[in-house]
Amino acid sequence: MDLLTQLLVAAISSGTPLLFATLGGILIERSGIMQLGAEGLMLMGAVIACMTYIHTGSLGWTLLAVFVVSAALGLLHSFLTVTLRANQVVSGLAMTLFGSGLSAYLGKSITGTPIPGAVPKINLGFLDDVPIIGDMFAHLDILTWFSFALVIAAHLFIHRTSFGLHLRAIGDNPATADVMGIPVQLFRYGYIIVGSMLIGLAGADLLLIYSPTWIEGMTAGRGWIAVALIIFARWNPIRALFCAYFFGAMDTIGFKIQLIGSAIPSYFLKMIPYIVTILVLMYLGWRSRNKPSGSPEALGVPYIREQRF
Amino acid sequence: MKEQPASGTLQLDPSASSVRRRLGFRFEIDPARKESPWWMTIVSVFLALVTCAIFIAANGKSPLVVYEKMFRGAFMTEFGITETLVKAIPLLLCGLGVAIAYRIAVWNIGAEGQFAAGAIGATAVTIYFPDLPMYATIPLMVVFAIVTGGVWGALTALPKMYFQVNELITSLMLNYVALLLLDYLVFGPWKDPKGFNFPGTPMFGAAQSLPVLGDTRLHLGLVFALVIVVLYWFTVKYTRWGYELRLIGANQDAARNAGINIKRHILIVMIASGAVAGIAGMSEVSGVTHRLMYGISPGYGYTAIIVAWIAKLNPFGLVVSSVLFGGLIVGGYSVQTLGLPSSISSMLQGAILFFLIAGNMVSKFRLRRNG
Repeated sequence: MDLLTQLLVAAISSGTPLLFATLGGILIERSGIMQLGAEGLMLMGAVIACMTYIHTGSLGWTLLAVFVVSAALGLLHSFLTVTLRANQVVSGLAMTLFGSGLSAYLGKSITGTPIPGAVPKINLGFLDDVPIIGDMFAHLDILTWFSFALVIAAHLFIHRTSFGLHLRAIGDNPATADVMGIPVQLFRYGYIIVGSMLIGLAGADLLLIYSPTWIEGMTAGRGWIAVALIIFARWNPIRALFCAYFFGAMDTIGFKIQLIGSAIPSYFLKMIPYIVTILVLMYLGWRSRNKPSGSPEALGVPYIREQRF
Repeated sequence: MKEQPASGTLQLDPSASSVRRRLGFRFEIDPARKESPWWMTIVSVFLALVTCAIFIAANGKSPLVVYEKMFRGAFMTEFGITETLVKAIPLLLCGLGVAIAYRIAVWNIGAEGQFAAGAIGATAVTIYFPDLPMYATIPLMVVFAIVTGGVWGALTALPKMYFQVNELITSLMLNYVALLLLDYLVFGPWKDPKGFNFPGTPMFGAAQSLPVLGDTRLHLGLVFALVIVVLYWFTVKYTRWGYELRLIGANQDAARNAGINIKRHILIVMIASGAVAGIAGMSEVSGVTHRLMYGISPGYGYTAIIVAWIAKLNPFGLVVSSVLFGGLIVGGYSVQTLGLPSSISSMLQGAILFFLIAGNMVSKFRLRRNG
């Protein structure tokens, strides 16, 4: 493999967890609810994946367990924010703190146990001869292929179906959507739960493929980077794909520079993704100073049917 | 948050309201009730304990035994009590820091990084001015910690002011940057040459350490914290600046229309927030560990968020909640002898916050008979 292919493969493998988390976040935020608990959900996804894989050794059971647990956490978040109309920022923070605490507690006994090769790779033969990316496709696993499909599905769903139209409606103007007969609260519950499942899957993907050992706090801020990526991608799944791989590349570029043997201490190279996140958000804020950011208009505002406007 | 429930009811969906009528009563948000009753906090803590008992039982341990052990470890022995207070100092300081920011809905979750920045600033004094006497060193360390912590806070405020960047993301990203910087220093240029490769600076001398009470580990940082509690209470209650803060917190649009410069307040509040967390970092290196070292904070900055929230941002409430959570951390350590991980305390913290929010919202609802 040449250097470019290596970088592409590395960017995809570290970008895929970010992609899943960003797609989940887009679904949730499009429905008008802020999702700041991604870090906690990813950690829970990772620890549940590790525990079930060690116990069962089956990828199917592992993913099922991850989905069930993250759906339960999503249900909790939706109960707090949709039914009780709690502050969505604080509820997300609580999710992050609870998720990191509970995952550390559950994962104590399996810390450091490696689980290599949990996810099989798929090689589509006819793609091998394509220059540069052909070699890259030979190194992708099932979950990565699933993430490609998911990007397209999410894009079509949001922009090409009537359900997607309803989703955008309840995120932009829930009162009008309610008058039109769309069950706002029910749909919000649904999207929060499905989105949380995807964020949990992001954690599982991080653990099963990117670094196959459970370590306390292993997401290292990736959940928050995914929150930033939602803004970066302007709530659009196709953009999310490129943004996630860009950040995946940022994540690995420090590692690559280190391998080349540069004099910069590794601690500074590890800062790259965090600093780039802030800089990118600053650039976006500067660029969109006079135009809308593309954010759902009712994002973060609890919908109260009885409220007078 | 635009949340002004009106008393009038707009009937949008006739079928839903007929269901309510059949039930004979309905839940609705009580427009008159803004604060939840004080006992809600106790109920929330109790429910969190019950929830976590399930996980403890799943681990094959009796929850009652574990909780009793935690309580005894934290509050029933002299060592436990002083240790609880030692842990409460950074929690109280960081909690005060984030509470100032939360007053005007600036969601600073970067206390961890500001704490580290303050610790680095204070340690820089011991590295570059090693021979100063105590009466010069300690104030200089405090000043350095305030400056570095304040700068770290300002780094969160500036992108928000000029580029509308969400402060949650910035402050959290800066936590990782600050901790990596700390790691670089203690593994690299500041490492103790005689430390057998231990990732830490050389031990501080007597002149660089905060005085302690008797032969306990309780140090002068407690006084710093209590002074800032009073300062916070006085500023918010009796100064013009505090009045403006309360106004912004109550209604941002009204404050803007009244001519208050909100951007300026965001900057000042974040600098103050960072500076207070910086003092926490200083008092920790100078009073407890006596050196800057790897992993100096077991997540004080994150626990402080819950500490501030459980106290409803009230400075005197913060004193109580920081002691409670200090005890939770110490209690978490003491159950390690039972073979349970100490992260049991961070699990409890998250659960408490969950029930607290839910409780706050539930108590805003009221049950009304249809008529």
